[in-house]
Amino acid sequence: MYQFSGKLKTLSIALIILGALGIAYGFYSAPKTVEEAKEIIAHQTSHGDEHATSHDEVKVDAHKQDAHVAVEAHGAVEAHGEHHDAAHDEHVFHQLQNKPWSALYVALFFFLGISLLVLAFYAIQRVAQAGWSVVLFRVMEAITANLVPTSIIMVFVVIAAVMHWNHMFPWMAEGTVTVGHENYDAIVDGKSWWMNVPGWAIRSIVYLAIWNAYRWFIRRNSIKEDTANDGGKIYKLNYNVSVGFIFLFMITESMMSWDWIMGLDPHWFSTLFGWYVLASLLVSAVTVIAFVTIYLRSKGALPAVNDSHIHDLAKFMFGFSVFWTYLWFSQFMLIWYADIPEETTYFVARFNEYKLPFLAMVGMNFVFPILLLLNSDFKSIPWFVVIGGIVILFGHYVDVFVMIMPATVGAQWSFGIAELGSLLFFLGIFIYATFSAFAKANPIPKGNPFLEESEHFHYYNIEHRGEGSGDHH
Amino acid sequence: MSHYEAPIREPLVLGDKSYHDITEDIAKPIEGAANKNWYIAFYISLAAMLWGFGCIFYTVGTGIGVWGLNKNIGWAWDITNFVWWVGIGHAGTLISAVLLLFRQKWRMAINRSAEAMTIFAVFQAGLFPIIHMGRPWNGYWVLPMPNQFGSLWVNFNSPLLWDVFAISTYLSVSLVFWWTGLLPDFAMIRDRAVKPFQKKIYALLSFGWSGRAKDWQRFEEVSLVLAGLATPLVLSVHTIVSMDFATSINPGWHSTIFPPYFVAGAIFSGFAMVQTLLGIMRKVTNLEDYITRMHIEYMNIVIILTGGIVAVAYATEFFIAWYTGSPYENYTYLSVGAATGPYAWAFWSLIIFNIITPQLLWIKKFRRSFIITFIISIAINIGMWFERFDIIAIVLSKGHLPSTWWRFEPTFVDVGIFVGTIGFFFVLFLLYARTFPVIAQAEVKTILKSSGEFYKKRREQGIPTKPAINLANVAGTSDKSNKE
Repeated sequence: MYQFSGKLKTLSIALIILGALGIAYGFYSAPKTVEEAKEIIAHQTSHGDEHATSHDEVKVDAHKQDAHVAVEAHGAVEAHGEHHDAAHDEHVFHQLQNKPWSALYVALFFFLGISLLVLAFYAIQRVAQAGWSVVLFRVMEAITANLVPTSIIMVFVVIAAVMHWNHMFPWMAEGTVTVGHENYDAIVDGKSWWMNVPGWAIRSIVYLAIWNAYRWFIRRNSIKEDTANDGGKIYKLNYNVSVGFIFLFMITESMMSWDWIMGLDPHWFSTLFGWYVLASLLVSAVTVIAFVTIYLRSKGALPAVNDSHIHDLAKFMFGFSVFWTYLWFSQFMLIWYADIPEETTYFVARFNEYKLPFLAMVGMNFVFPILLLLNSDFKSIPWFVVIGGIVILFGHYVDVFVMIMPATVGAQWSFGIAELGSLLFFLGIFIYATFSAFAKANPIPKGNPFLEESEHFHYYNIEHRGEGSGDHH
Repeated sequence: MSHYEAPIREPLVLGDKSYHDITEDIAKPIEGAANKNWYIAFYISLAAMLWGFGCIFYTVGTGIGVWGLNKNIGWAWDITNFVWWVGIGHAGTLISAVLLLFRQKWRMAINRSAEAMTIFAVFQAGLFPIIHMGRPWNGYWVLPMPNQFGSLWVNFNSPLLWDVFAISTYLSVSLVFWWTGLLPDFAMIRDRAVKPFQKKIYALLSFGWSGRAKDWQRFEEVSLVLAGLATPLVLSVHTIVSMDFATSINPGWHSTIFPPYFVAGAIFSGFAMVQTLLGIMRKVTNLEDYITRMHIEYMNIVIILTGGIVAVAYATEFFIAWYTGSPYENYTYLSVGAATGPYAWAFWSLIIFNIITPQLLWIKKFRRSFIITFIISIAINIGMWFERFDIIAIVLSKGHLPSTWWRFEPTFVDVGIFVGTIGFFFVLFLLYARTFPVIAQAEVKTILKSSGEFYKKRREQGIPTKPAINLANVAGTSDKSNKE
């Protein structure tokens, strides 16, 4: 059995506290009134640093576009000139108010999504009757323990959105579907069958419930499998339930990405979006599995894991990085090529205001991993995998950042205490949840019929380092 | 790879087979004479092919106007058939490349025929981009070659040009991949041949393969590299095909999900075609011990999976078409307008054949039944043809301007060419089945001892599995010499 070390526990708690302080600071420094927001902007501009100025220019552009769309929706041209300044201030105020919420949301979605995709990857391993990954099952199960706290925080965020504590989802604002109201938005009104607060909240809860139900079930039954001497009955049941989960996952994942991310830009749509989010989270999830595996192995907690297992995980990191790029490029290129205004605004905002993260992300998520992890030897060397993985994880955090931030805070983005604090907070929760769950069960799933295959797993061109010759035939 | 195999895995080679039995079974169709049924099938296919060629000559000689196209619907059966055939080809590469990367041993009994299917299907697909041109004799202008028009080049911005590169690369890589795998098998036929002419032919085809350890080592390395290259290739080829539509601004075509959705559909339809072909082939060539019920079941599982992905994509298309709020999206191939419009029969054919029928495969009894598998595989082939037809024809039939709304009626030439390509495909496939080793014997021999029924049973009973024949004659892989 693995012992969750006091040091690691202290570290995770320290991260949670530190992160919580950062989050609190973010909320504390957000403006409470439009005047305060003006002051913050003025303060930024007076500093005269390039950062703020360049943002200011673009922000005005972006705002004009927003206003333009709104005007079209109103069908009332006179609104443009008069209310422009006041509307603009209000707009910036909302963006600044959204900043701490968005910082929290980006990190939350990133960690929740990773836990969810680890769960999906685990279900796939079961359904595919994989012979290599069984010794990693307990690692994956432990990571999915993080699904519970992140889901609870997600429920809180859902409540916050519903209670109008923030302005993250513009379609939830008051009056968007009331004809004649100054916030009236004909486009949102047109899809109010889907975009309505009760429906959104109920769907959100249902997704979380389905995922957590499967996690709870499979974790419990996986441990039961260890001691069950029932001729494979529980194993078979777990198989069937995993098939059912993958079926539901395919549907809920798409809908979740429409509800939680695409809905932030209520005028924009892309059919690929759900799978694009999936790819981003999937590659991050495999990377996290590799990280936790490498760490636990270095502590001697995973005696059956050899370099071939690491090699396979690194292959998935490599393959899914390419897959993510494929979907990223497909979505970007098709929208760029056809250049239909209602779709292109999405990338215009990102290209103008988020140029560095938008482009750097492609380097981190594609160029770097493909160069580093192409070599077969490198894929079985833990520190290479860790370096590749750090870049991949950071790259996909930026990916989620660029999905969410332009919609909620626009040009007012920055990476500061609130963003870093949120990351540390969820990292602390992740470490605590993962390792305390791992310490609670036998690290080797003894009852799995493929365990022996997994223990003997040896990818033929991997030289085994530091392993007894008895490990493989 | 490990030499231990979990007992709960089903055997992949049935019966008490030795290495020699595998050789005999696979060489038999090549060494024996064709029977009457083969000739009947061959002549029917040949007749269809010749009829199709006649229709092609008629089209090229007379003009594209002999097809049912009109000035609004400029693409219909031609591109439908093109995409359909390219899609069918994809399962071959998936089986040989993707399943190799995922170390699926069951691919070994089916990869050879699936790749043959790929190549013959890509031949058929390759006809359409040429014959649907108004001036096919200028077809070579699509190639970026220095020339006497002040070096007038192609515009690299068109997905139709990407198609040229994609399809030609795909065909060449598939061909090389396939041929490399054939070398040890051709050598086996060569070594057994008694007729001098036959020996000469197979000696030429096998490139002097002698099966040394170093050769095998490089052979495996090459296979792995080609599999690694073929996997992104297979994804990109159908992606590029999908971009013929998705880069446009037509509602119903302009959709970012098309690249992965077309690829999933290609695997779906390709596997259905493999099922159709292997369902017959395993019987007529007496290879039931190699292409077992379990192989059929696994392919059916891939069909359920890719069919599920396609179904999610349909739902997404349907949902987002509504979500856009654009009134134009109501006449796209997956919309309420299409379900109730003049092409409702095509819409519902798609739903019934592609989404509803394959769900029967959730039932274990059905997906292990040869006859039901065969019927469903035919249904999917039809359904996937309708998918492409719906995407192309329904979308074009109701564009932005109501004054351009028109309908498409195929002529006998449209139909004739399609029938001709089916004939051509079967001519090639029937010839292949008589002259090529339809199962990769070298590969199947590497799994005989880990996954053969005989050996698995013995291991279960605790009886040591002695080699059935003298080890010196075994063509095994380098890492599988004598350890069990």
